[in-house]
Amino acid sequence: MPVTLERIPGQEERVILSMGPQHPSTHGVLRLVLELDGETVVRAIYDIGYLHTGFEKSFERLTYSQDITLTDRMDYLAPLSNNLGFCLAVEKLLELEIPAKAQFVRVILTELTRIQSHLVWLGTHAIDIGAMSVFLYCFREREDILHIFEMMSGQRMMTSYFRIGGLALEPPLGWTDRVEKFLKKFPGRLEEYEGLLTRNPIWMRRTQGVGAISAEDAVAYGVSGPSLRGSGVKWDVRKAQPYSSYDKFNFEIPTRPEGDVYARYLVRMAEMRESLKIVRQALDGLPEGPVRANAPHIVMPDRESMKTSIEALIYHFKIVTEGFHPPVGEVYHSVESPRGELGFYIVSDGSPRPFRCHVRAPSFANLQALPKIIEGRLIADVVACIGSIDVVLGEIDR
Amino acid sequence: MNPEVETHPVVQRLRELSPEALEDAQIFRGELTVWIPAARLRHVAEFLRDEKALSFKYLSDLTALDHYPNEPRFETVYHLVSLEHNQRLRLKVRLAGDDPRVDSLVPVWPAANAFEREVFDLFGVYFEGHPYLVRIVLPEDWEGHPLRKDYPTEGYR
Repeated sequence: MPVTLERIPGQEERVILSMGPQHPSTHGVLRLVLELDGETVVRAIYDIGYLHTGFEKSFERLTYSQDITLTDRMDYLAPLSNNLGFCLAVEKLLELEIPAKAQFVRVILTELTRIQSHLVWLGTHAIDIGAMSVFLYCFREREDILHIFEMMSGQRMMTSYFRIGGLALEPPLGWTDRVEKFLKKFPGRLEEYEGLLTRNPIWMRRTQGVGAISAEDAVAYGVSGPSLRGSGVKWDVRKAQPYSSYDKFNFEIPTRPEGDVYARYLVRMAEMRESLKIVRQALDGLPEGPVRANAPHIVMPDRESMKTSIEALIYHFKIVTEGFHPPVGEVYHSVESPRGELGFYIVSDGSPRPFRCHVRAPSFANLQALPKIIEGRLIADVVACIGSIDVVLGEIDR
Repeated sequence: MNPEVETHPVVQRLRELSPEALEDAQIFRGELTVWIPAARLRHVAEFLRDEKALSFKYLSDLTALDHYPNEPRFETVYHLVSLEHNQRLRLKVRLAGDDPRVDSLVPVWPAANAFEREVFDLFGVYFEGHPYLVRIVLPEDWEGHPLRKDYPTEGYR
């Protein structure tokens, strides 16, 4: 029996509606079971697991370096944030010092990831509510960012570009020009989106006062990221527990007190501006130097050095065939992904494969707030609410 | 326990609460982990949430570990955050392998709801007092708990 709602005696005239998993505005394969009184949602529960692939079991079978490729596939809209979270957790376990240049490149790419993820959110959210053209504009700019990713890593989405100890490769020549070009173009494009939506009366009517959640409830339900900041809680892992030299950049944490769909929209729009600011600073202050840590038993050697140095060849063979042995212990490291606090909890038993790797997926926790914000609202608002918490089912089901 | 752990404010507060509230504590890579007896978990959780000087109001993560074939076989792991004091804490509870059960923390942190269902689904740990403890990511008729260490990666054939 799939998940369903029990009927309440005496309320037989209410309709139980199964929404999804095949539904264009459930952003993947989310299924909601709604009890409707007319057009009003009385009760709601969600049903997930349609994309469950057992990533956490697979983590235990692969070596630490191989595990990076799994992280891309969880939150497929923010692969680089996932790469970063996993790499930082393993680096914390290994107590590995990452060169400054690699840290800055990581920051630039994860902030671009945030922008492109927010662009997908904005486009699909707007299309759910009926603003068709925004979607096309957003995907146009997203493509520019994906081209940068492709240039850096050879892949548009499943990048696996961050490795334990730094980056997979030295960034290619001319990549900064590509980023510069994007930085020049994007502020104007942001104005375009805002021009279409922010003061648009239809947009405001569909989002203001809809799906409101208070700060206390948001904290109690474990909501994080822009959805939490849309309820006025000033919490951002990048500021609270800075990683990868985020403490070196000036940026604001946008918050809104209202807690409704419109507030979450404004927060994400402001966040894209802040991300641009961070990319600008990181690009201006980009240090010179290596992009990989000096730890030959962990970091893969250069292709070139393998042809001339026997040590490099041996290390390469050891890393590929066996992996490296981290110390026994456990670490939890979280990063601010576009959806909120993305945490990796890694337990090591000293073997080359993690004993356990658990992913604290932000969407998994954020989704818990959904029944709360849609109960008592019209069914038409349900799609606005789903869009506003920006869930990615790949990361929820894992 | 080394002095760094002994003088940690959270450890001291828990000791003041009750000497039995704390089984063990350790700091690794700057992260504090405390082990709580299963019987006192609910009480300690409420204390950690409500005590002004601690105020761990945010449950960021909840999961479990399987130490098969060692006993106690299971550990449930809770990652707490204090937004006001910008502090993190890891709670752990050791559970026996034959009938792993522990108090649900949904009444303390509603965020625990989906996480406990996930642990129930994938580890088979039973959370007493959970409002809706059913499988969450696997089908209802699934046999076994895949994240247990005695569950083969390829599944049962």
